[in-house]
Amino acid sequence: MSLTSYFMEATYLVASILFILALKMMSHPETARKGMFLAEGGMFAAIIGTLVGAHIVTWVWIIAGLAVGSIIGAWMAITVPMTAMPQRTALSHAFGALAAALVGIGEFVTKANEMGIITRGALGFEVMLGALTTTGSLIAAGKLQGVIAGKPVQFRGQNAINLIIGLGMVSSFVFFWIHPEIVAAFYMMLGLAFVFGVMLVIPIGSADMPVVMSLLNSYAGLAAAATGFVLGNNVLIIAGTLDGFSGFILSVLMCKAMNRSITNVLFGGFGAVIAEASADSGGVIREISLDDAAMQLAFANRVVFVPGYGLATAQAQHACRELGELLEARGVTVKYAIHPVAGRMPGHMNVLLAEANVPYSSLYEMEQINPEFPSTDVAVVIGANDVVNPDARDNPKSLIAGMPILEVDRAKSVIVLKRGQGRGFSGLENPLFFKPCTSMLYGDAKSSLSHLAQAVQHV
Amino acid sequence: MNPAVLIASVYVFALAAFLGYQVISRVPPLLHTPLMSATNAISGISLIGSLVLAGAKGYPLPAHILGFVAVTTATINVVGGFGITDRMLKMFGKRKTEAKKEIAK
Repeated sequence: MSLTSYFMEATYLVASILFILALKMMSHPETARKGMFLAEGGMFAAIIGTLVGAHIVTWVWIIAGLAVGSIIGAWMAITVPMTAMPQRTALSHAFGALAAALVGIGEFVTKANEMGIITRGALGFEVMLGALTTTGSLIAAGKLQGVIAGKPVQFRGQNAINLIIGLGMVSSFVFFWIHPEIVAAFYMMLGLAFVFGVMLVIPIGSADMPVVMSLLNSYAGLAAAATGFVLGNNVLIIAGTLDGFSGFILSVLMCKAMNRSITNVLFGGFGAVIAEASADSGGVIREISLDDAAMQLAFANRVVFVPGYGLATAQAQHACRELGELLEARGVTVKYAIHPVAGRMPGHMNVLLAEANVPYSSLYEMEQINPEFPSTDVAVVIGANDVVNPDARDNPKSLIAGMPILEVDRAKSVIVLKRGQGRGFSGLENPLFFKPCTSMLYGDAKSSLSHLAQAVQHV
Repeated sequence: MNPAVLIASVYVFALAAFLGYQVISRVPPLLHTPLMSATNAISGISLIGSLVLAGAKGYPLPAHILGFVAVTTATINVVGGFGITDRMLKMFGKRKTEAKKEIAK
């Protein structure tokens, strides 16, 4: 081994350690940013190490790729709004997975004959996962961006067709594994993996996106780890595995937060079902005027805001924070209750509120805030529906039975800001709206909130 | 790949998985979005595999071109991922110093 190769390996070791440290420092918002600087340093070291030690002979493609990638990456980093974070993340899963798949294809094109059976297995795994994650993530990004309809696409025999495509993909993988000389098997696997990725994501509704995003994150990471096996490169294995496990942990958390299994999310097509199991509440919906709502808020001791995705679509985060600050100035204790699946990706709502300058110490997780609702004077539900549906707790027949909810119905009074009288994303009736403690404030969340803020000032 | 290398790789994989589980399960839900974009950026380390494909000795032109595309997408992830993570974490950090200032007032 030459000196430059030792240098390269040393930078990889440093990068691995820095990546792990960075993720450890992610455990607190105060240290997280410093941690990311370490990770950036690790990444830089590994790139330099590779350029020095990997016997690079042709620089033009490398420099072109680094330049184009940096420009696009920097442009995205600067311009993407926080509301579009899920799309951007989905897109970056696609990019990461595509890079892994392309490296795999490149290795196949040049070195297929020299490969042992183990490397070939890892290569097949890498290309398969990379390809299906690429198309799956592109579909997810399209759905989140609204380019593709967010509604689940379902048709008769869908699961059977998916099963055939999946089996076809796996069997061409096995075929390629045993008979590397038959090139067609490899390309068959590649093509079917692209199709399979599309088929995997189209039946899933936008509301289930947090789970899908986490799963695709996990696949993209595992594809990178498989690349590490193919190239015999430990830092790739470590970084890919960290990414894969992070995605896996998030998927499990998201599924728990919806009380559903991963298979149910992937193959259930939940958003398409219009539930009929909901108990007939038969109550009366009570509307409230802006002034009355403002009065209630201004004279409350404790107010909890419950933001849902509706808040983000109405771009009402800033209006919400302004109202919260006005109330705090009057001596009201204001807290924000964040359901784990609020928003379109894990933790999305926290980011949106942080961007609107809500201090993170006012953001409360479900387990922390639920015991506080009985002593809360007013709970303000903004564009959230299923996550506050008491049916999940009380009605075992409900489609969302068992899903943990924010128990706003235990508050002394509830004001629901809602666009119109329609049902929530899942199409379920929400008995919360019919409870005597609940009153509805219809209209666009942003204008309602800023009008409320004005009214509070005049109280 | 000889068996000894494979076994070493499997060790690395298993230990990284264990370590990843320990470290990542301590990340609060508050930071789950930055976590996802950070791990995304970190797994952009597949860039180093792409660099080899795009320019190293012993690869033909088609491999270089595949490598070029891979370098581009991986760099988008690294630069974009770290940039956006930092933008988000700045929002979470800013609050604290401001709150301190207010208390000091």
